[in-house]
This record gives sequence, structure tokens and C-alpha cells, in this order.
Amino acid sequence: MFGNLINWIDERIPMTRVWNMHIAQYPAPKNFNFWYLFGSLAILVLVNQILTGIWLTMNFVPSAEGAFASVEYIMRDVEYGWLLRYLHSTGASAFFIVVYLHMFRGMIYGSYQKPRELLWLFGMFIFLALMAEAFMGYLLPWGQMSFWGAQVIISLFGAIPVIGDDLTLWIRGDYVISGATLNRFFALHVIALPLVLVILVFLHIVALHEVGSNNPDGVEIKRKKGTVAEEDKPKFKFHEYYTSKKDIVDAIPFHPYYTVKDILGVAGFLILFCWVVFFAPEMGGFFLEAPNFEAANPLKTPEHIFPVWYFTPFYAILRAIPNKLLGVVAMGASIVVLALLPWIDRGKVKSIRYRCGLHKLNIAQFVVTFVILGWIGATPQTDFKTLLSQITTVTYFMFFVLLFFYSKNEKTKPLPTRLTK
Amino acid sequence: MMKKLVIGLFALLPTFTMAAGPSVPLMEAGHDLTDKASLQRGAKLFMNYCLGCHQMQYQRYERTFRDIGIPTEIGQEQLIFDGSKVGSHILNAIEKDDAAKWFGAAPPDLTLVARVRGADWIYTYLKSFYKDDSRPFGVNNIIFPSVGMPHVLQELQGLPTPITEEVEEHGHTVTKVVGVQTDGSGELSTDEYDQAARDLTNFLAYVGEPSRLESESLGIKVLGFLVILFILAFFLKKEYWRDVH
Repeated sequence: MFGNLINWIDERIPMTRVWNMHIAQYPAPKNFNFWYLFGSLAILVLVNQILTGIWLTMNFVPSAEGAFASVEYIMRDVEYGWLLRYLHSTGASAFFIVVYLHMFRGMIYGSYQKPRELLWLFGMFIFLALMAEAFMGYLLPWGQMSFWGAQVIISLFGAIPVIGDDLTLWIRGDYVISGATLNRFFALHVIALPLVLVILVFLHIVALHEVGSNNPDGVEIKRKKGTVAEEDKPKFKFHEYYTSKKDIVDAIPFHPYYTVKDILGVAGFLILFCWVVFFAPEMGGFFLEAPNFEAANPLKTPEHIFPVWYFTPFYAILRAIPNKLLGVVAMGASIVVLALLPWIDRGKVKSIRYRCGLHKLNIAQFVVTFVILGWIGATPQTDFKTLLSQITTVTYFMFFVLLFFYSKNEKTKPLPTRLTK
Repeated sequence: MMKKLVIGLFALLPTFTMAAGPSVPLMEAGHDLTDKASLQRGAKLFMNYCLGCHQMQYQRYERTFRDIGIPTEIGQEQLIFDGSKVGSHILNAIEKDDAAKWFGAAPPDLTLVARVRGADWIYTYLKSFYKDDSRPFGVNNIIFPSVGMPHVLQELQGLPTPITEEVEEHGHTVTKVVGVQTDGSGELSTDEYDQAARDLTNFLAYVGEPSRLESESLGIKVLGFLVILFILAFFLKKEYWRDVH
């Protein structure tokens, strides 16, 4: 009976074939570690954002007059409205946490290197779409920080020569942030950008499954046909789409091995996530900023205007440079340069495990730089911090410059022929 | 070496936080959202002393009564003064424009004040009024200088006199108010007034986030479930992965 149904469907859409090709008989390297959990967690958070977003939309009023009050209506009068709202607001920050960790994984294991350049680029487009999505979503509660944060960020486009002022007018749909801005941001936040995000995530996974996952050793599991002895081949059945072109070593099927591992990752993640949702949704003012509990007031500027934490490293780069146009250029460059990593890194060895000591130091300094920039961007400016932000702006870009030079003739450790544990 | 660096960084931490904090240290409110008696006293204080000028435009009477344990009829009788229906928002009849004329600025809505400023700030604010004849209402406030609000709890606290101190600031000696001392003309003793300020703070903290307690009790159950799920998932993974190792 059930088999008949499956057959009936399979004759009409390739359900079983897709399941086998991409899940049950998809070869994944057997040595994925902790860092490989964040891709599936990002999908989990995306689903959370879409579902809670749909339900929030049912009660949210996208107008300058009604937005703030409707959020409080959701918090007080809608059944479990507070839970929907905190899941969504915490999900926004969680999205960036898992995406930053996911990107960092790509950096330390060289997952952007050939043949995964396009995979990395799709990922960078996801990151861009996510930043736009988060930025527009942050305006919707129409609190003080929503309003003034958007005011500051949109005014940055005004620094672009010639077209700057017209461009900011075009983005806002008004001379200041107003109901017109709120309405268009709402449309983009709930329809346009989620659609773009989902399509990009689909392409990201298509690209991933075509080239196959990298792994902590950075040694490919797909070998030239006929080069792997029969006894070295894994005992598992993989889809012939993969085995007909290449010989595969040290792989296991994605399902059930990585599905059960991801369930463990999901449970662990949800413990932390739900702790924030239920006990500390403001997360000390980092996830929900205190001034945003006051309705937007165009006549009253908050004492300090900060973007939410996930934008602060880039915001600190912007502020580090005294010239507004150059600051905007530097901020843009700090993101573009990440997208260019596959071409900046000229190394032949992918994983940090087998690369030179300088590379390890360089990555360590990049992490420290990123955290310091994030802290500076989230706190009031002082002379000391301005100087520090200028130093760390230099070290941020220095990461890429150094990488470009030392990766050409890098002294690396010998690669293992097979994956290590 | 690394250890010393980390310790050094942590030692610097207080200086960073100090730099971002307010100029006067806040007193700890020590409020307790589970203390229903305190919340009820706070509600009574709010309705009697604050609501004349400050609204809670997002919060409803009925929800408030239910959450803090006041039977609807009693609440209707004792705490709704303007004949509002029990399902209505907690509003007053003051005209915003008039209020702005009288006080210099319209009294802000207080639904979310505890989330904007924090409970400790409110508690400190309520305890920081002092006599200042240069101000229109004869009082000033340490943590909100030149505030346009009279000391509405004066009949409870009395009129506190300022304790001043000479401090060096940018090379000048200035007189700063560092504390207050009640003149004893109020109905309450100092301890009783502290408790009243704490009750009012507690009530404002509750109204800022009425779902707080529900959130925490549901949260414990959710986390309990997730911990069990995590343990089961751990053994499930271990069982499956025996084939791999």
C-alpha cells in the first residue's frame, strides 16, 4: 500500500531519487567536527524566522502610527505573542551568531578554495541578504533605536558623490525616515528578502552538493576514478551520480549519520537559544536595546545611537575613518574583501591544520580584531577607542594582505593521504 | 603568560563599564515579581499618585488585576477611579498639549519605563528628589537634574534636603548633591518609604513585561524537555555511529 503510493509519486516527481541523491546516499566526509553544525543550524533559524514571522505579521500594523503599539499588543494581548516575538528577535541574533561561526569554519578549513568558490560566493550573497533583512526588520518595531539607527545607516548612502542625496531620498521614500519608509521596509522584510534568502540558500546547497563538502583536513574525499583500491572504499552505498564519476574514500552517507548528529546539535543549540528566549530575551541590551522600548520620536535623538551587535564590527570600521565617504568605502570593502577570499588566498593547502604558523597567527589576530571592532562599535566613542578602532581597521585588512602574500609560497605541513579522525 | 593577559583584561573590565554608566551610582531596587502583595501595593500607589499624569496606554486593567492577584470586582471598585471598563487600557484624561505647557514636557507613558531605564533607575529616581527652591515645583532630582515633575510622593516621604559635597571637576570646585535626607514631615518612616518605592518599582517592572513570570515557568519546562532530548539524541548518535568507528 505504502510502496504503491511511493511508486505513484516517483512516477510523477523524482522524490526517492532526490532523497537518495542528496540525503540517504549523499557522501559526506566522516570527520566533520563541531564546526560543521552551523550550516544546519542556520537553516533551523531561517525556518524559525519564517514561521514566527508569519504569525507576527498577522498582528503587526505596518504604519508609523500603529507599529509600536501593535508590537506591545502582540506582547500583551495576543496569546503567546510574547513568545513569538522573542523567538523572532532572539532568532535574528542567533542567525548572525551561527552564520558568523559558519563563515569562520569556512575560513579556518579553507572551504572557499577551489572548487568551492561559487559556493562561498552564494554564501556571501546570503550574508548580504541577511544583513539587509535584519536591518529592515529592525525598523519595524518603530522604537527610538529603530528610527535613529535607520536614519544613521541610510544617511551613509548620502556620502556617495553626485547621486548620494537622491539615493537616500529614493530609499526612504521621504525626506526623513517616515511611515513611507516603514511600509516599504515591511514589504521588503516579509516578502522580497525572505524570497531572495530562500532561493540563495537553495543555490548554496545545490553548489555544495555538486562539489561536495570540504572537511577539517581539507583533503578531498572524491578521488580520480580508478585510483582507490577496492578495500579502501567505504562499505556504504552512495548514489551512482557520485560514484560513476569519482572514487570516494572516507565518506559516510549524510543520512542517518549526520542527521542524527545534527539532531544532537539542534538540541544543544536549542538549549542555549531557549534559555535566552525565556530568561534573557534582551540579552543585556545586546539583542533588544533598551531605547527601543520607547516609541520613535523624530524630535528626540537618543544619547547614543548604536546598531545591533551584529553590525558593530563593520560600523566601527566606518567610524574609524574621519572622512565619511572613505569610511563608507572602507566599510563596504570590509565585506567585499571577504567575498574575494577564494582569490586572495593563493595557497594549495586548505585546512589550518597543515598550514604555516603565520597563517594560524593571522587567523587568531583576525578573530581578536573582529571582536575588538564589535565592542568598539557597540559602545560610546572615546579617544582611546577611536585610535584602537583605527589600529584594528588596519589589522582587519592586513589579514587579507598578508594572506595574499604568504599563501603564494607557503611552507606547509605534508597532507595526509586519508582523512584523520 | 596567556593567563596573566586574561586576568589583566578582566581587571580592566570595571573601568569600561564605569565609563558607560550613569554619573551617579544607582541603588539596587531589590524588587521581586513573585511578591504579589508588593505588586498590589505598587498598583495602589501608581493609581493614586502617578496615573493623574502618566498613562499606561498599552496595559489593560483586567490583565493587571489578574496577574497580580486582585479579584476583578475589587479592582474595579478600589483601583479604577474614572469609571473605565475593566477591559480598557490604563489611561488618564490629561491633554498632552496642556501637560506639556504645565510641566515643560508631556509626562511620558510609563508602560515600558522599566524596560527603557531599568528597575534600579526607577527606584533610585523615586528616592532622589530633594528640596530646590530654584525649580518651579520646589524640588529637583539627583539622577534626573531639572526634571519637570513635582515630588508627588512628598506626603509619604516628606521633603528631603540635599546632602552636598565639594568636588573637583575640570579644575573647578563645584557643589554636588550626593544624597538626600528626609525632613521627617512625611507619613512614612525612611524604611517604609523605601518599601513603597520598591513596591512601585516592582509594579512598573511587572507592567513593562507582564509575561516575565509566565515566560520563566514555561522556560523551565522547555529546557527540561530539551535536556532530555539532548541526552536521548546523544545516545542515538552514539548508537548509529558505532558502524563508522
